[in-house]
Amino acid sequence: MNAPTGSIASYNFAYLDEQTKRMIRRAILKAIAIPGYQVPFASREMPMPYGWGTGGVQVTAAIIGPHDVLKVIDQGADDTTNAVSIRAFFQKVANVAVTTRTDEATIIQTRHRIPEQPLKAGQTLVYQVPIPEPLRFLEPRETETRKMHALEEYGLMHVKLYEDIATHGRIATTYAYPVKVEGRYVMDPSPTPKFDNPKMHMSPALQLFGAGREKRIYALPPFTRVESLDFDDHPFTVQTFDKPCALCGAEGVYLDEVILDDRGGHMFVCSDTDHCESRQGDGHRGQQEGTFR
Amino acid sequence: MYVAVKGGEAAIRNAHRLLADRRRGDPAVPALHPSQIVEQLALGVDRVMAEGALYDRDLAGLALMQARGDMIEAIFLVRAYRTTLPRFGYSLPVDTGAMQIERRISATFKDLPGGQVLGPTFDYTHRLLEPELAEGGEPPAPERREVAAEASPRVTDLLGHDGLIEPDGNGDGEVTDITRTPMEFPLPRDGRLQALARGDEGFLLALAYSTQRGYARSHPFVGEIRIGEVEIELDVPELPFPAPLGRVRLTECQMVNQFKGSAKAPPQFTRGYGLVFGQSERKAMAMALCDRALRAGEFGEDIVAPAQDEEFVISHSDNVQATGFVEHLKLPHYVDFQAELDLVRRMRAEQQEATDIKEAAE
Repeated sequence: MNAPTGSIASYNFAYLDEQTKRMIRRAILKAIAIPGYQVPFASREMPMPYGWGTGGVQVTAAIIGPHDVLKVIDQGADDTTNAVSIRAFFQKVANVAVTTRTDEATIIQTRHRIPEQPLKAGQTLVYQVPIPEPLRFLEPRETETRKMHALEEYGLMHVKLYEDIATHGRIATTYAYPVKVEGRYVMDPSPTPKFDNPKMHMSPALQLFGAGREKRIYALPPFTRVESLDFDDHPFTVQTFDKPCALCGAEGVYLDEVILDDRGGHMFVCSDTDHCESRQGDGHRGQQEGTFR
Repeated sequence: MYVAVKGGEAAIRNAHRLLADRRRGDPAVPALHPSQIVEQLALGVDRVMAEGALYDRDLAGLALMQARGDMIEAIFLVRAYRTTLPRFGYSLPVDTGAMQIERRISATFKDLPGGQVLGPTFDYTHRLLEPELAEGGEPPAPERREVAAEASPRVTDLLGHDGLIEPDGNGDGEVTDITRTPMEFPLPRDGRLQALARGDEGFLLALAYSTQRGYARSHPFVGEIRIGEVEIELDVPELPFPAPLGRVRLTECQMVNQFKGSAKAPPQFTRGYGLVFGQSERKAMAMALCDRALRAGEFGEDIVAPAQDEEFVISHSDNVQATGFVEHLKLPHYVDFQAELDLVRRMRAEQQEATDIKEAAE
């Protein structure tokens, strides 16, 4: 499979050579077979910096075909600079169709959010992951955390959550909130706000996680049980916002705070730009209607 | 009125145009050609080749120019190119003992076969700025040795002859390839040395320095540093002899460290090894000190210092990884920050409420 002749003819379709793609696909298959388990893979240098989505980009490059429709979001938005840059990369090296519409995409690469619109069977959500190891900040050594996963020894994580409650009266983890997959592996959902954790549970879409710098891939096959860790007397809850989106009036969605002036003026708007625009297209209006764009 | 930020594509395009303009600098000053960088900033080019892990002077020179002289950016450019190149085999181990030597010094023996050769070194220059350089002019032609000198066997081989230093393996067997298999700790020594060879010079220098200041002291002597060209050979099954591919310039440092022995084995010196593309003694020496420090477990030494901690050293020595992750903090984190902001506000409100109730009660 070669790139169409033109400006980038010297690179393979989707940048990576086919041997590398095969290696990544093998890792993905293994990850799907053991949900939540971090599979080491021989991550490559990519033409964008480590920490800027190289894991997600490698996963996408390994699974994308000429007929896929790609959506890339960062912070829920299609127009943030790094999302624009990654989308442009795949347009250039794979010449695929791109979209901002969640329901039109076959592959959605994301950083820090899960779209508000529920995903369907046949869609794949590719997460960019900075630190795949949920235990890393409790135990920095890979040699140790590997053992802890193998022995299902997750007491340390519960102690950490308990200490949060003792200090702050609640679990003070607001993003990258640890989950347990199919009752076995504790997994880092990537730094999505915990608001998005319930969307991972029993999702009909395939969810793939790529950590390029840390050289790990993990996965949630469709309809996987994903439970956020909690205690009986401190059950897991998600963030709520006092006001609806100022642009589309949506409630029960994740909002970004925008500072309007230096006198404390601020407003809240949807973090998922596609969701917000679709709602506005359907005639929904928030308090500050008609000012978007 | 709030208008959402749009037009990321145009902003990125404009940023790249401005970058190209700033890279060129004042058009009244003649533009550089990469060949000038290759010839005249050769040690910078060497570092880009070494940490970029690709021996190609022209590409490294181009990368340095494109990166406006930013070393790590240039190293990154070379790495990102390297990773797309097909692999057709592994060369045979190079024989540094047969090196065409340009510089060779030993700190352990005053004189030895092959002699001490200073070569092109800054070592005994007085660090006085030379304004004449700005005025141009050509330096006098260098002195040349009349005939090829006698062979220069490696100092460690001379010591090894008498069993005074630990043996060094025979180069047989499968070689680890950290670019093709995921790194898993603990690493074999060849994998560790590969990681160190492409590791950041500054990071390894600081760690090496720490071992000299008592954080995992290893009593090192520079057995030998040699710089010069070696032949690269590839075993091709169709050919009865190894096929020569070309020559590369290398810097090798053999550090001779404190002896080990036991009731059963007589004492022997131990090794720390450094090998770097191009000319870089600083990097080769730092690498050799780090290599020895990382062998602590092998010799039953207590692991007490950062330089001895394999996972710590190797996980953080790659400057392309390090710069990517440190600099990714400038990417948007609105969503995570919003989550934290919300929590802090809620906790502050609760505390205020508690204070108000308490005050009302008093």
